Amino acid sequence: MSEQKVFTSRLFGPLSFLFEHRATRWSSIAALILLMAVAPIVFGQYATVILTNALLYVVLALGLNVVVGYAGLLDLGYAAFFAVGAYTVGILTQHFGINFWLTLPIAVCAAALAGVIIGGPTLRLRSDYLAIVTLGFGEIVRLSARNLQITGAASGLSGIEQPWLFGWHIARPIDFYYVFCVLAAIAVIVSIRLANSRLGRAWLYVRHDEDVAEAMGIDRVKVKLAAYIIGAIYGAMAGAFFAVNLGAISPESFSFTQSVLILMAVILGGMGKIPGVILGAFIVILGPELLRDLGSMRLLVFAVGLLLIMLFRPSGIWPGRNAQR
Amino acid sequence: MNDTLLDLTGVGLAFAGNRVLQDIDFNVPAGAVVSLIGPNGAGKTSLFNCITGFYKPQTGRITFGGHELLDLKPHLVTKAGIARTFQNLRLFREMTVLENVMSGMHCRTRSGAIAAVLRTPRQRKEEREIEAFSRDCLRFVGVDDDLDREATTLAYGHQRRIEIARALATRPKLLLLDEPAAGLNSGEKEDLIALIARIRDERGISVLLIEHDTGLVMKASERVSVLDHGVMIAEGTAREIQNDPKVIEAYLGQDDAEASLGF
Repeated sequence: MSEQKVFTSRLFGPLSFLFEHRATRWSSIAALILLMAVAPIVFGQYATVILTNALLYVVLALGLNVVVGYAGLLDLGYAAFFAVGAYTVGILTQHFGINFWLTLPIAVCAAALAGVIIGGPTLRLRSDYLAIVTLGFGEIVRLSARNLQITGAASGLSGIEQPWLFGWHIARPIDFYYVFCVLAAIAVIVSIRLANSRLGRAWLYVRHDEDVAEAMGIDRVKVKLAAYIIGAIYGAMAGAFFAVNLGAISPESFSFTQSVLILMAVILGGMGKIPGVILGAFIVILGPELLRDLGSMRLLVFAVGLLLIMLFRPSGIWPGRNAQR
Repeated sequence: MNDTLLDLTGVGLAFAGNRVLQDIDFNVPAGAVVSLIGPNGAGKTSLFNCITGFYKPQTGRITFGGHELLDLKPHLVTKAGIARTFQNLRLFREMTVLENVMSGMHCRTRSGAIAAVLRTPRQRKEEREIEAFSRDCLRFVGVDDDLDREATTLAYGHQRRIEIARALATRPKLLLLDEPAAGLNSGEKEDLIALIARIRDERGISVLLIEHDTGLVMKASERVSVLDHGVMIAEGTAREIQNDPKVIEAYLGQDDAEASLGF
């Protein structure tokens, strides 16, 4: 086995055979693109909206996966970064009339800044304390959005204009579906490339043994901060497109429940494993939809299902490479 | 050859009033293999931790190649050119042999997140260099195959050598080995002595060795220092140390006194 192969199997588990050879890799990618392209036509408009939401969660979960899965930092307030992106776009387009596309780099900077603000002072903390502080940070951002004038207080911002891209008005559900397909694809590629890099390995070293990593010359503060900033940027990009998709945002979209749901997608699928995290995001969104026939019982059934998964597969649904041997 | 590489003057360390190291004067000349011995609990590993920045001594100075080390964080000490291994094997779990060794190259390379995402030519070249140099370090310590097995699944003696390869991958000027012979059989100990000599002769890296196995210390190093209860009680050649009454006294009362002094 080559190093590349080890790396592939770590990220993809049992699906790695698809990605080991050039020919199968490209044909499976082509099949996936085709499937994604025809899905809205086959399943209809309602399903398209749900799938778009699932893809939004894929981006969010992959972003949180950088923090939790790669760097091993528990974050219970991830929705805060999602909110930073959404509100940056909402405020700048609404109050200042700035073009949506120009607000994106500003949203990225705002998220990176938020990542430094939360990451900087907390990186010395152990995981359980870190969880509490990040939870607090999430609530601070939500409560600020709820009480500030510029964020539209409790009612939030509405009438956010849908963007144009070279004469294409991104307005219908199907338009946003394709936009989110592209976003999710970028999120996956960035995740793979980061994992297979000097920084990606440094996250694993720090996660496994901080002291030894430091003794090998790795600046753990810098490396962890990088994870926070990158996770924050993922969240902010998802938030930016979430804002223009719905056209309205309110503080309740960025609650603690939202953070937990994203974290659940990461843990459910298997931390650090990209197909696992994608699967987790789909389960979290599609699960309650598929159980809709159960009426008021559906969330209860869904919760029991999640508990069972965690009982029998505590390291996530997606099999790790150890499980294969 | 007599330039001082590492120099400690008056180093004192205390934990909650408990004095672990007292007024330590100690140095490692460039190009030397120096050993530090002493009974259990004498403060040898504490001294290592002071040098590598994990502990901050309350008094004294530590310089390395003329530069002050005391204010540096551990990762900067490594970058300055001091690498170490650990008394208990501490390889990264769930990572391959090669990946473990690649960690050492981190402080000698620069590519960040943006370069990784864009796969710039510079980043790809750097990744190839990291892999090539890591393989080279593994070959140097004599680990040639199983490079993509999980490191912690390999035999004990292999893991010891992988730790040394990982430290070598940081391109150090000084290598600190914390009881590298612990748990090795006599054949492996001979190999270790040869490896230490090659590290110094072929790579030009000075070595500071903490060891219990006095026989190995006598063969591997030119100079020996003896630490007892946080005080440096003797310093000299292997022969001088063996006959020093203070050293014999320090080891007396230890069950393995005779064995460890090699009489």
